Order: sequence, then structure tokens, then C-alpha cells
Amino acid sequence: MSGGIGPALAAVVQRDLRVALRRRADTFAALFFFVIVASLFPIGVGPEPALLARMGAGVVWVAALLASMLSLARLFNDDFHDGTLEQLLLSSVPLPLAVLAKTAAHWLSSGALLALVSPLLALQYGLSGDATLALLAGLLLGTPLLSLVGAIGAALTVGVRGGGVLLSLLVLPLYVPVLIFGAGAVDAVQAGLAVGGHYSLLGAMLAAGLFLAPWAAAVALRIAVE
Amino acid sequence: MPLADINWFYYAAPQRFHPLAGRLAPWFMAAAALLALAGLYIGFFVAPTDATQGEVYRVIFIHVPAAWMSMVVYLAMAFWAAVGLIFNARLASMLALALAPTGALMTFVALWTGALWGKPTWGAWWVWDARLTSELILLFLYIGYMSLHAAIEDTRRADRAAAVLAIVGAVNVPIIYFSVQWWNTLHQGASVSLTRAPSMATTMLTGMLLMALAAWAYCIAVALMRVRVLIVERERHAAWAQEALATP
Repeated sequence: MSGGIGPALAAVVQRDLRVALRRRADTFAALFFFVIVASLFPIGVGPEPALLARMGAGVVWVAALLASMLSLARLFNDDFHDGTLEQLLLSSVPLPLAVLAKTAAHWLSSGALLALVSPLLALQYGLSGDATLALLAGLLLGTPLLSLVGAIGAALTVGVRGGGVLLSLLVLPLYVPVLIFGAGAVDAVQAGLAVGGHYSLLGAMLAAGLFLAPWAAAVALRIAVE
Repeated sequence: MPLADINWFYYAAPQRFHPLAGRLAPWFMAAAALLALAGLYIGFFVAPTDATQGEVYRVIFIHVPAAWMSMVVYLAMAFWAAVGLIFNARLASMLALALAPTGALMTFVALWTGALWGKPTWGAWWVWDARLTSELILLFLYIGYMSLHAAIEDTRRADRAAAVLAIVGAVNVPIIYFSVQWWNTLHQGASVSLTRAPSMATTMLTGMLLMALAAWAYCIAVALMRVRVLIVERERHAAWAQEALATP
């Protein structure tokens, strides 16, 4: 590759984003899934404002977990089937970095959008301004982690039959710490407690995830493709 | 015999490990039975009634060893899976796979007995306490490991992919262990500690330690038996495996 690693990685991000834009229906389906799941809960549990304000953050977070998983199955599978993945493995770009680039594109086309829509859902649940801000901040810190951990699961299930359901079985338990601290941040704000610790823990997990997850996903991809 | 003369990898060959596991398993099973008999006798007939919890506390003689083993077996599974992944050692991968169902069983027993204890003590079968929740997640991790292994046709690929998952999941085990300190919740603090005197009667402790040893012996015995089956299943085309099958 003539341009070196940086331009190659930028090309990977650009390509995945372009694919996400061209398949607008898929990208927005996940977004609408997020909104629909969050809207079903008040219908299921009743419209009392106090109850909804209490559970709003948790519901939005769980919906975000599920929605960010919808598009994970495609993260490597399409590339695996059309041979792009093999080219990526053979190229001179270090595979963990390429995985990181693909994960970044996945986050931009799923997690970031979910976070941006979340204030709308916070309105539906009657969250206060501070709580909405904590929800948005938590999602912005937490959803990249969902994409990173999800990339490991996606890499493990590349080309496996029944991969979609299996993927959720593998990945959802690993999402639990993110859920605890993400939803916990909003709870802390609502209870008038200090929220900094939650952000710090999410940020620490994100830092660790940025370093470790692409590496683990790269190992898993090599196992899958060899 | 000097250390350098020992062939550390002698038993790494499935062909050599198969008869060794066959010889060891009955001993561990017998040890498990004897220790469990002694532990249960002390637990149910010798240990005194607890001052605050009454007779209900006796479930700890099953619950605590099962909970310990659920975590120890996961670490052992992740360890052997990592050895299998890094050194491409077939036997280590088989051992990891053999440990998974036992670990899942121990996790389930810990959750089940915990529910039986929680109903009379806390007034609920289940509470969303951090430790209970982490134990439940541990069960999901075991199920994920076994499902991933089962979903991939090629055994070598299945071994290696599941190994990556086991190592990633191993991050969860310390979280379980330290969750008591991290989140201050309903679950009572650890009763046994290495740094201070135990907060329970000596006979209770004896019974629990005997049961813990029994659980260790049982897990080792069952893992050895299962690994024998896996070895024969995977090596069924080799002449020695045919012989081993013909002469039980």
C-alpha cells in the first residue's frame, strides 16, 4: 500500500461509513428499533410519570444495548462473504488497527446516532435536564465500548451458522458492566449524588477496551478465516 | 531425578493422558464421596444451630463450595483454553471443554441453593444483589462458551474461538469476587478470610472445608472422565483409540 497505515485506516472508515449510508434502510432500522423498544415500555408498564422517570434511563440503556447489537452481525460477516476480509488480513495494515477502524465506523453509524436520539426518549420518560445530560454523556462514553466488545463477538461468530442469535448470547453478558455504570450515572444524578465516579469508570473501561478489544477481535478473525 | 530430566510434556499427548486420566478418575471420585460423607455428617449432625439464622444456614455446606468451584472452574477453563490457544496444545483445549459443563453445573447449584437460602432469610427467592447477578452472568458465560463451541463445525477452530471467548470472559470472574467490596448491597460479606479469624464456629468451618475439598475432587474426577470421552471421540480413527475402546 503506497499511502502508509494512516490513509489506509481512513479508507477503511470511509468505506464502512459509505456502506452504512448506501444501506440507509439497515442503518435507520436499528435506530427505529431503539425508539420502538423504548416506546413499548410505557405501554407495557403503565403511564405513571413517577414510575417512568424512575425507570427511563435503564430502559433507554437496555434498548441501546439491543439496538447496537442488531448491526453487529454485519460488522465482519458481509466482508467475510465477499472476500474483503481476506484482503484486509493480507494487507500490510496491522489487523488490530483495521479492526479499530471498522469498529469506529460501526460506532459512528450506530452508537453515536443512538446517543444523539436519546434526549428525545428522555423527554418521553420525563427525565429532568440534568438526568438527560447524564444519559447523553453516559451513552457517548458507553456506546463505543459496546461496539468494541461487540466486535469481539462479531469476529468470533464470522461465518458461523445461526451467528446472529449466538452473537447476542456471547455479547450481552459482557455488556453488563457498561449497563450498570451507564444507567447508574443517571440514577446518581436523580438521587443528587456525585456522578463523576460513573463517568470515570466508563472512561477507564473505554480506555482498556480501546487497547484490548481490537487485539482480541483480530485474534478471533484470524482464527475464523485461516 | 533432576528437574531437567523430567519430560514435562510426556502426558500432553492425548494417547498417554487417556490411560492416566482413567487411573486417576476413580481415586478422585472415591475421595469426593468420602469427603462429602464426612462433610455432610459434620454439617447436618455435629455443627451447632446458627444463633441468628437457625437451621437454614446449613445450606452453606453445599452453597459455598459450589460458588467457589463455579469461579475456580471458570479460571481453570480459561487457563487451559489459553494454553491450548497459545501453544496449540490439543489436550489443553479438550480439558477446557471438559471443564465447562461441570462449571455451569456448579454455578447453577450455587444459584439454586442461594435461592433456597434467600427465601426464608431475605424473604425472596431472588434479589438483584451484585453477587447474585454476577453469578448469573457467569452462568451465561459458561453457556456462551459451550454454545460457541457447539456452533462451529471444525473442532480446532471451535477450540480456538471458544478459547478467545473464555479469556475475554475471565475478566468477569474478578468482578464477581470483588463485587462484595465494590457495591455495598444485601449479600452478606465473605465469612471466610485469609487475613482475619473466621467468624464462624470451628465445626461449621470444618464441615464447609470438607465439602469444598469434596467439590474439588468431584470436579477433577468428572473433568477427567469427560476428557477421556473427548479424547476417544476425536482420536477415534487412531489405532490406539480403537484398542482402548475394545478393551474397557
